[in-house]
Amino acid sequence: MSLGRYVLTRISVAVPVLLGVTALTFSFIHALPGDPIDALVGFRSVSPATEASIRAEYHLDRPIWEQYLLWVRNVLVLEFGESPITGRNVAATVGRRLPATLALGGAAWLLALAIGVPTGIVAAVRRGGPADELSRLAALAGIATPNFWLGLVLLLIFGVRLGWVRVIPPDAPLASLAMAKFMLLPTITLGTASAAFVTRLLRSSMLAELDAAYVRTARAKGLRERTVILKHVLRNALLPVVTITGLQLAFLIDGAVVVERIFSWPGMGRLLVRSILQRDYPVIQAGVLLIGVSIVLANLLVDIVYAVLDPRIRY
Amino acid sequence: MALLEVDDLVVQFYTDDGVVRAVDGISYEIRAGETVGLVGESGAGKSVASLALLRLLRDPGEIVRGEIRFDGRDLRECSAADLREIRGNDIAMVFQDADAALNPVYTVGEQIAEAIRAHEPVTDREARERAIDLLERVGIADATTRYSDYPHEFSGGMQQRAVIAMALSCDPALLICDEPTTGLDVTVQAGILELLADLARESETAIQLVTHDLGVVAELCDRVLVQYAGEIVERAPVEDLFYDPKHPYTAGLLASIPRLGDDRNRLATIPGTMPSLVDPPTGCRFHPRCPFAEDACARRNPSLVGAASGTSAVDAGPDAHLAACLEYTGDLEAGLDYEVQVRDGSETGADDPCRERNPGTRRGETR
Repeated sequence: MSLGRYVLTRISVAVPVLLGVTALTFSFIHALPGDPIDALVGFRSVSPATEASIRAEYHLDRPIWEQYLLWVRNVLVLEFGESPITGRNVAATVGRRLPATLALGGAAWLLALAIGVPTGIVAAVRRGGPADELSRLAALAGIATPNFWLGLVLLLIFGVRLGWVRVIPPDAPLASLAMAKFMLLPTITLGTASAAFVTRLLRSSMLAELDAAYVRTARAKGLRERTVILKHVLRNALLPVVTITGLQLAFLIDGAVVVERIFSWPGMGRLLVRSILQRDYPVIQAGVLLIGVSIVLANLLVDIVYAVLDPRIRY
Repeated sequence: MALLEVDDLVVQFYTDDGVVRAVDGISYEIRAGETVGLVGESGAGKSVASLALLRLLRDPGEIVRGEIRFDGRDLRECSAADLREIRGNDIAMVFQDADAALNPVYTVGEQIAEAIRAHEPVTDREARERAIDLLERVGIADATTRYSDYPHEFSGGMQQRAVIAMALSCDPALLICDEPTTGLDVTVQAGILELLADLARESETAIQLVTHDLGVVAELCDRVLVQYAGEIVERAPVEDLFYDPKHPYTAGLLASIPRLGDDRNRLATIPGTMPSLVDPPTGCRFHPRCPFAEDACARRNPSLVGAASGTSAVDAGPDAHLAACLEYTGDLEAGLDYEVQVRDGSETGADDPCRERNPGTRRGETR
């Protein structure tokens, strides 16, 4: 089977997954106490007639399954509706916030790999040496530090005391130097734990591979140690790392609520939390769909990279 | 000067149980173009001795003493860069368990070609063409297509052939084969042995063949070294070893080969097991298992001497039959009481001289 067909199959498998996830959230939100009508009318009492007309306007008078099907039908034509709370177009709201979230999550992910992969390699090759011990300590600290604390401390030191960076985002486009500079601290805050995780994971998987017989063969051929490590050992050792970092990518993109809050980052996380508190159904649904899609995509990416790295995995 | 001269090589492993002397003062030489077998049971230190030659031992193994001279250069002294030049180029290794010895994520062809590129100034295309030639030479059909196959797409026998092709890629002067046929089907084994025999005959390559299989030794080797518990206990030209084993351990090994037409119900075995190398027996290491052991054997460790002359290995000359047993220094009172039965070919119908006259031994009746 070709890679193209493999990808298509995987995507078609993703469709029922996404339907299931959104259907579940749909029913769960409606099972929560609280009614969007209350938020809509500003928690005043309104006449039953007014309430009924508002319900009808947002299809809230229909059974849940019908509401869900209506939503699915609209999503298929990329119509996410309007927020009954803010009155804004959901697609536009999400569309404005998504790039910010993707930029921060992606940057944190790249940072995690840029630090974790080289450190993991060095720690494994110099096992038991000072570099290994140091990386072990650093990784332990990185994993054990809660990111809200790290973010606040970084902000306090570099933003407030030293004044090197702004405390809130600059009024600049996302792809600008000022924004890139501001993103430094949130990226570090978000990426540190992942970097530590990648370091430890790659170290242990490198150590396992270093004992493999093919490593001895490679050395016996007279290859440079550098080639032995980076060409032969690393590619095999990366397989478990790929699985984890793929899922981390999804996690970093979806799970940055706390960090977004600390750095006033206009991302999806804050939008979602607010929407849940306000029972803003269309925005929640759009957000959940997006999270589902990003996890499915991350998994797909993992599978593809896996198949490319290891020819034994037949697709 | 011999191609390879190993002198008093000692390899130790530092384990939780203590220091293991896996190789304890072995000396031997291999001349250009000859095939030398290194035989012994599992755990005798054969593979460790072979890995030590190219300094491929990993922690906690370490060469603590001795010299390894290849073409006059001491491999223990040379720099990492010099050693890299020798590995794969002058001395190449064929490992057992080819499936594990090949990297699963690169094509077989690439793994051969990279060995060529590591030592010679060739273009990628030249390396590729030479790798394809090598695959053909070791008997892989359709080599051009097979070049791009991954190891898991090869059968066990083909994988072993590929590993041999890899080792041959730079025309080494010495090929170290570590149990090259272990774990393969008998028919596949025969094919690999034939390939190695052709190599030994056609090329100038010397081969050090590490095996526990005496049949393999009989087929391929010019001379044989028998290793037991880290020491070499017997050295002989191959025919002398099979027709006239001088060490009781070798005699026991030969007796344990099953033969067609044998009327015994059970295979002969050597009683006991290989001693722990953390705490080896005093005196001769084989004495606890030796049917002819006397008191002196527990006290004195015999040195390797000429079986005929009783003189030291150096005085006896490179082709002399050597054995490490007190018998040959005149220190054994009762002597060795076994005799070798050479059967004629009519029983097995084979025309291979070694298989035809399978030697056997008979122990003293009292044992």
